[in-house]
Amino acid sequence: MTSTAPAAVAPDGLSGVTADWSADKQAFPVPWGKAMMWIFLLSDTFIFTCFLTSYMNVRMSTTEVWPNASQVFALHIGGADVPMVLIAIMTFILITSSGTMALAVNYGYRRDRARTTSLMLITAAFGAVFVGMQAFEWTKLIVDEGIRPWGNPLGAAQFGSSFFMITGFHGLHVSAGVIYLVVVAMRVWNGFYDRKGTYETVEITGLYWHFVDLVWVFIFAFFYLW
Amino acid sequence: MAYVAIADRDTHLHDPQTFVTKYIWSQDHKVIAIQYSLIAIGVGLVALVLSGMMRLQLGFPDTFSFITPNNYLQFITMHGMIMVIYLLTALFLGGFGNYLIPLMVGARDMVFPYMNMLSVWVYLLAVLVLLASYFVPGGPTGAGWTLYPPQAILPGTAGASWGIILMLVSLAIFIVAFTMGGLNYVCTVLQARCRGMTLMRMPLSIWGIFMATILGLLAFPALLVSAIMMILDSLIGTSFFMPAIVSMGEQLAYEGGSPILFQHLFWFFGHPEVYIVALPAFGIVSDLLSVHARKNIFGYRMMVWAILAIGGLSFVVWAHHMYVSGMNPYFGFFFATTTLIIAVPTAIKVYNWVLTLWHGDIHLRVPMLFAIGFIFTFIHGGLTGLFLGNVTVDLPLSDTYFVVGHFHMVMGVSPILVVFGAIYHWFPKITGKMYNETLGKWHFWLTFLGTYSIYLPMHYLGILGVPRRYFALGETEFIPDSAHIANESITISALIVAVVQILFIINMVWSTWRGQKADPNPWGATTLEWQTPDTPPKHGNWGPKLPEVYRWAYDFSVPGAARDFIPQNEPLDPKIAPGRDHGVHA
Repeated sequence: MTSTAPAAVAPDGLSGVTADWSADKQAFPVPWGKAMMWIFLLSDTFIFTCFLTSYMNVRMSTTEVWPNASQVFALHIGGADVPMVLIAIMTFILITSSGTMALAVNYGYRRDRARTTSLMLITAAFGAVFVGMQAFEWTKLIVDEGIRPWGNPLGAAQFGSSFFMITGFHGLHVSAGVIYLVVVAMRVWNGFYDRKGTYETVEITGLYWHFVDLVWVFIFAFFYLW
Repeated sequence: MAYVAIADRDTHLHDPQTFVTKYIWSQDHKVIAIQYSLIAIGVGLVALVLSGMMRLQLGFPDTFSFITPNNYLQFITMHGMIMVIYLLTALFLGGFGNYLIPLMVGARDMVFPYMNMLSVWVYLLAVLVLLASYFVPGGPTGAGWTLYPPQAILPGTAGASWGIILMLVSLAIFIVAFTMGGLNYVCTVLQARCRGMTLMRMPLSIWGIFMATILGLLAFPALLVSAIMMILDSLIGTSFFMPAIVSMGEQLAYEGGSPILFQHLFWFFGHPEVYIVALPAFGIVSDLLSVHARKNIFGYRMMVWAILAIGGLSFVVWAHHMYVSGMNPYFGFFFATTTLIIAVPTAIKVYNWVLTLWHGDIHLRVPMLFAIGFIFTFIHGGLTGLFLGNVTVDLPLSDTYFVVGHFHMVMGVSPILVVFGAIYHWFPKITGKMYNETLGKWHFWLTFLGTYSIYLPMHYLGILGVPRRYFALGETEFIPDSAHIANESITISALIVAVVQILFIINMVWSTWRGQKADPNPWGATTLEWQTPDTPPKHGNWGPKLPEVYRWAYDFSVPGAARDFIPQNEPLDPKIAPGRDHGVHA
């Protein structure tokens, strides 16, 4: 990249924003890949918004009673039903993985290959554990409670349909993210980004990962707390 | 903030060596554009043949034994879906977007060429999956291009078992392909313009394609979600869109879903889709009019803001497709209002096109004929849109031929005229050869007059109350004989127009092989793609050095200048008062 001579005094206020945006430079002062990831995530946001809005819509349109979340998602521990315990652990793990990811980005920019690689692998491991626990939760719902996408003994069929579809779609995102993290971590380890001269890909991977976490917060709120 | 200029980043363009990497697995945006366009035009011809079959049945009922009611509905469905998505969306964004964006903003290629290449091949896969539905039991779906459930997935509708699934899967694949391409188009416009190319100096073609791509990235998610949900409804028996229902005397297992939810999702995609097709056409036609009238575009800034306003508003008008769906009637009030508001920026654009022609030095060459033809068809289609946007007027006209006439005029014929105009306009740059002007003019006049003789009578049929999507009208009391005569006449015109397109294909193929060598800038255009060192442009577009831009794209007929146009990359001359350069802010 080259830089031009300093520009004339940029105008203030709203016209300054317009001038800045329409100047002959990159609209966003970030690497191309990062800009592209942000725009992709915006598009992906619309996907999840459509899913969650549809879920709310069928929850209103169904005539059957909606199952009680604190009963359905309870685990039987020590002779008592503890509501939300599994999902609390899953959420905690996923949020923690965002923290390790942020650390990985930090060490990436310091070009600390060993720490970046290990933190990314830890993040991927947290993600894998999350997906594993989701598989456990699905098994419990399907086998023990008889909940199926097309119907369940507790009430509205749309409960199972929406739940499996949306958590499944999110689980696919997490699984894809785990693969993505492992691939990038391997490239960090073998020095690919040192040769390329930039660790921006680590941060781009991080953007995706944080997004997947953020989406989970909404799914959690709408499915488990409502 | 420090001003960091863009773009002569030394990106490693791949170096094509063999025939295969040059023309098949190519990462060059120009080759990808041509691949996109050829696939789109190929599948578009299939859709054209389907419309001919529909017209045969409507014009001469009880004549053709090979057209059954089910076939007819399948023709309708495939014709609509192919034309809207696989032809127009792919051609404008994948075809023109790919070709024009890097050349017009002064970049060497898209920002991520490999992903761009994947995009076209995944698009081809989507087309193949779609066409495969002709070879499965039951054939393609006959649900109409809107695919409304419950009928789309219930027995009784053609293709309810295999056809609909293949259609939905194909759409999902198309969305993946579009997303890979679309991210590239948006990022290239935002991040990879050459020095001096401010956003407010970009040609309007790029503005239109840019905004349409953003609409696509935000609207296609709704279609993807509804496709996934309908696949689940159909294959594993969920009830997202399915209420409790009795089909063929049998109570089905479905219960509690919402068919209107599908319509909302579909039209949340479907209405922006109209503008995904229209905005590139708006942009390109602005450039054609300006170049061939040797005059700057009237109100450039307003044209840009109108594109942005239309793009924004297009997300809040969708339910005007659903006035008769049974949704809450109060919605009609809101959506009729927004629909009429969107007419304001659209009308601004139309006025500006007409005012660009006013006192212009108009050269009636083939691209200009198509551009002016577009103004006619778009005004007619737009005005009937005002009828349908009002709830009370829409109710009697809904689901009649008035609607068919309206949307074919506004988003069928109008964009297609721009597609033709644009192909003629850029043909000398793309191939380095000149097309045959006489054949082009015949093509224009027959197509233009032909489309009017097809679609104007449809408005009359609609006002009579003739319903759309009917296989045959039969002996119906409220439909007079004149309607049947009109139908015959429409069919004959439609067949003539369809056959006339052979002129276009012959012209393109023959001129590519045998045409005269074209001048690098035959129209005297100002934009960067006409200033490339080679025609057709070579890989990397610009030779060793990227161009630098000093002025906006519309410096035509500047007083005192030697020629009647000044290219964007020509430095300002202190002796000549510059044209109105809207790129300068300070």
